[in-house]
Amino acid sequence: MSYRFSVNGDPVEVEVSGMRRLLDVLREDLALTGTKEGCGEGECGACSVLLDGAVVDACLVPICQVDGTSVRTVEGLGTEQQLNDLQAAFLETGGAQCGICTPGMLMAAEAFLAAGGPATDDSIRDAIAGNLCRCTGYTKIVEAIAVAAERRRAAGSDPD
Amino acid sequence: MTRVLPPGTQELLAPDPLVVPAGTRTPGRIANRSPLRREGPAKLTGAAKYADDLVFPGAWYGATIRSTEPHATLLGVELDEAFDWSRVVVVTAADIPGDNVVSLIRDDQPVLVPVGGEIRHQAEALCLLAAADRETLREAKRWVRVRTERLPAVFDPLESTEEISHLEIGRGDLDAGFAEAELVIDGTYRVGHQEQLYIENQAMIAVPQLDGGVSVHGSCQCPYYIHAALKRALQLTDAQAVVVQAETGGGFGGKEDYPSMIALHAALLARKVGRPVRMIYDRHEDLSATTKRHPAVVRHRTGVMRDGRLVAQDIDVVMDGGAYCTLSPVVLSRGVLHAGGPYRCPNVRIRGRSMATHTPPNGAFRGFGAPQTEFAAETQVNRIAEALGMSPLELRRRWAYQEGDETPTGQVLRESVAALDVLEAAADASEFERHAEQTRRAREARQSGARVASGIGMAMGWHGAGFTGSGEVHIASVASVELTAEGTVRVLTAQTEMGQGTKTIFPQLVAGALGLEPDAVEVAPQDTSIVPNSGPTVASRSAMVVGGLIVKAARRLRAEVEAATDRTFGESYRDFVLEHGSLRVDEHFEPYPNVQFDDVTYTGDAYPAFSWACAVARVEVDLDTGEVTVRDVVSADDAGRIIHPVLAEGQVEGGTLQAIGYATIEEIKLVDGRYLNDRLATYLIPTALDAPRLEAILVEKPFSGAPHGAKGIGELPMDVGAPAVVAAIHDAIGIWIHDLPATPERILAAVTGAPAPPPPGLSAPTPERGTT
Repeated sequence: MSYRFSVNGDPVEVEVSGMRRLLDVLREDLALTGTKEGCGEGECGACSVLLDGAVVDACLVPICQVDGTSVRTVEGLGTEQQLNDLQAAFLETGGAQCGICTPGMLMAAEAFLAAGGPATDDSIRDAIAGNLCRCTGYTKIVEAIAVAAERRRAAGSDPD
Repeated sequence: MTRVLPPGTQELLAPDPLVVPAGTRTPGRIANRSPLRREGPAKLTGAAKYADDLVFPGAWYGATIRSTEPHATLLGVELDEAFDWSRVVVVTAADIPGDNVVSLIRDDQPVLVPVGGEIRHQAEALCLLAAADRETLREAKRWVRVRTERLPAVFDPLESTEEISHLEIGRGDLDAGFAEAELVIDGTYRVGHQEQLYIENQAMIAVPQLDGGVSVHGSCQCPYYIHAALKRALQLTDAQAVVVQAETGGGFGGKEDYPSMIALHAALLARKVGRPVRMIYDRHEDLSATTKRHPAVVRHRTGVMRDGRLVAQDIDVVMDGGAYCTLSPVVLSRGVLHAGGPYRCPNVRIRGRSMATHTPPNGAFRGFGAPQTEFAAETQVNRIAEALGMSPLELRRRWAYQEGDETPTGQVLRESVAALDVLEAAADASEFERHAEQTRRAREARQSGARVASGIGMAMGWHGAGFTGSGEVHIASVASVELTAEGTVRVLTAQTEMGQGTKTIFPQLVAGALGLEPDAVEVAPQDTSIVPNSGPTVASRSAMVVGGLIVKAARRLRAEVEAATDRTFGESYRDFVLEHGSLRVDEHFEPYPNVQFDDVTYTGDAYPAFSWACAVARVEVDLDTGEVTVRDVVSADDAGRIIHPVLAEGQVEGGTLQAIGYATIEEIKLVDGRYLNDRLATYLIPTALDAPRLEAILVEKPFSGAPHGAKGIGELPMDVGAPAVVAAIHDAIGIWIHDLPATPERILAAVTGAPAPPPPGLSAPTPERGTT
């Protein structure tokens, strides 16, 4: 079967079995290895991507459900030379250590920031509750997301 | 051609004066002092390549056929003829060209169990398969028949008669101490397995080479451990075995020794297939087969005077090593050396033994034996404070080691002793006495029918930095700093980056010694064909031991260049290269001044220096469900001079949360020697919602033996979190939890008198065996 959707804004078409995991399509068929596999059963959130803006575990999504949608992965954020504001906040605060949970964490945080609600400690923790991190104790991840939220708020209210 | 300065030459410069006054408390973040994480942008954009992200064209996939018996004789491995085996490559023990051992401490663990050999645990590797695609491999696994004859199995280390190692340390006159004591307090504390749960599963890819050798790329902490294991089992020369670390998604000790096993398996398959072979564990295989923290039973008998003086400690430690030796003797040793806690006591005996059982081998996990024994020690101290009617803070003030005190091995603590500093810092920042008074009043006023109880608890700990005893002398690390032909400065070590920040702090240290900016210093890849053996990335040793070596190497490089050019290094090193060519300085480990240890009598300086920590935890206990919520933890940690505050705080915060998981939810249940909760759906670690608010206070008591004053910080926070939580639970509900984790079942059993769950770490009895 053939499936068409967009990844980070680019249209793609893949010829695969409909039950192939979105995670494998991204990593193996499209060579987008930024999305990681931690458990393969939807517990760790390392494979979190955005499907039409909603956070999903790419290990639990068969490609047949992706047809016609818009997928966003870590590769769709900033580049190494030009990090986006959320990535920059993670770098400054120490929100990434070993880095394996980071792409999924960033995508969960992107969805949270895009929703535009108040960025309190509790609401941030709630937003990343499906993403396990074993390195940081979450303190600096929560701080990074709060910093990014504050910067976006300031930029949004900036008349320039 | 690179010139190499011989060791010992050009040791001309005096040590830099330490800029951080002793005992300085670093208030909060000083981000400006810290360069950004070196490999951060690659990790934040998905560009960093972990093992499973690496592409090797034409690679096959490898799989391991494992035992399903905890103890048996392997009678045969048969390939069912109903399957087309022409598409699959099979490796058995007969294919191993060299010694069939995973080289580490003792030669007891086979790479693959041979036919006729002994299976010693449920996840033991029996044979290997490889195929060009995953579907064929999955199908092939179903057609392998393993014939075994079951042997009796032992799962309780207290019942095991097979000792892996034992140890005794002590000082003073124990009998006299107890004779003098006015109060003797006994306690037995038990802890179970804990899984490291790095989020990246174990993974290795082996690539056969034309010279008959093999290169291995993968997730690991210790490239040279793998290098040694490959040489031994595959009969390779130094140059034929090449190990390259891929980006590594967490280790915490779990990637210290097991990667050697996976690398051997991948390499055996790759050589037989003649193509690269990928061995990428899924979470289930990783949880089932790889090492865990050692379960332990720790017994304390403590003699004190009514006025609070500590006069005698008798401690017995039993650790469950699992099926093979792996690292158990050194885990036990670190556990025993830390078992008394950071307290002055004239009469001490600490005995320990590690016992073999028929569960998968236990291994390294952050803290390496010390979290087990320090949980026991701190809970014992808190119970003694209660028995004496004293504040646990005041008791620790009286007992804590100070400069000049002597440990049970006879080590005189000459400097960098920060026990009281971290104690006061944590007590102060957490307002311990004020909160303790509040929770006491609340407890006394509590009505029956109350739903929630709050409590506060404290624990203190110490952690020896670097290898135990003469370990560092035996490793004989070499680390280098090079001025390359291209005119760049490069640091060469085998220290792996696994999130802790080695790739960021090493350039910082070298740049500081050379008068450059950190960005001007490159880090050579952790590839055994490029970097020297600077020892494993374990034991809180990288910053102190290897960091010290590269600072010394950089100073020698600077002196050489400045002597030749008569200008500062920064102004002249590029010109130096044009005129003189490249230059590499190899720095060899030399024992720290006045540090001596006797491996036979186990006396002397067990560690060059200790790091110190105190944690104060506040919890709420749900009196209906027994559930514990850890609200906040304040930690004060001294690791000598802090190189990078943000990274150091990250170590404290992350280690503290692992300790909270250990204290409250992380438990492995076993049946017939097999882990039952071997999936992430059933082995739980704290989420962002479970995590308390963490405050890390960095206390700096520099260590003069290291040129940059640093000690170790990686493992330290793991030692104190769990006993602080257990003390807070006691403060809330008035009951001591002796077994970790303090699950709702254990708490409700203690509160209601209902039957308690079985001790942690023990396998349930063998179920009735069916006919298949």
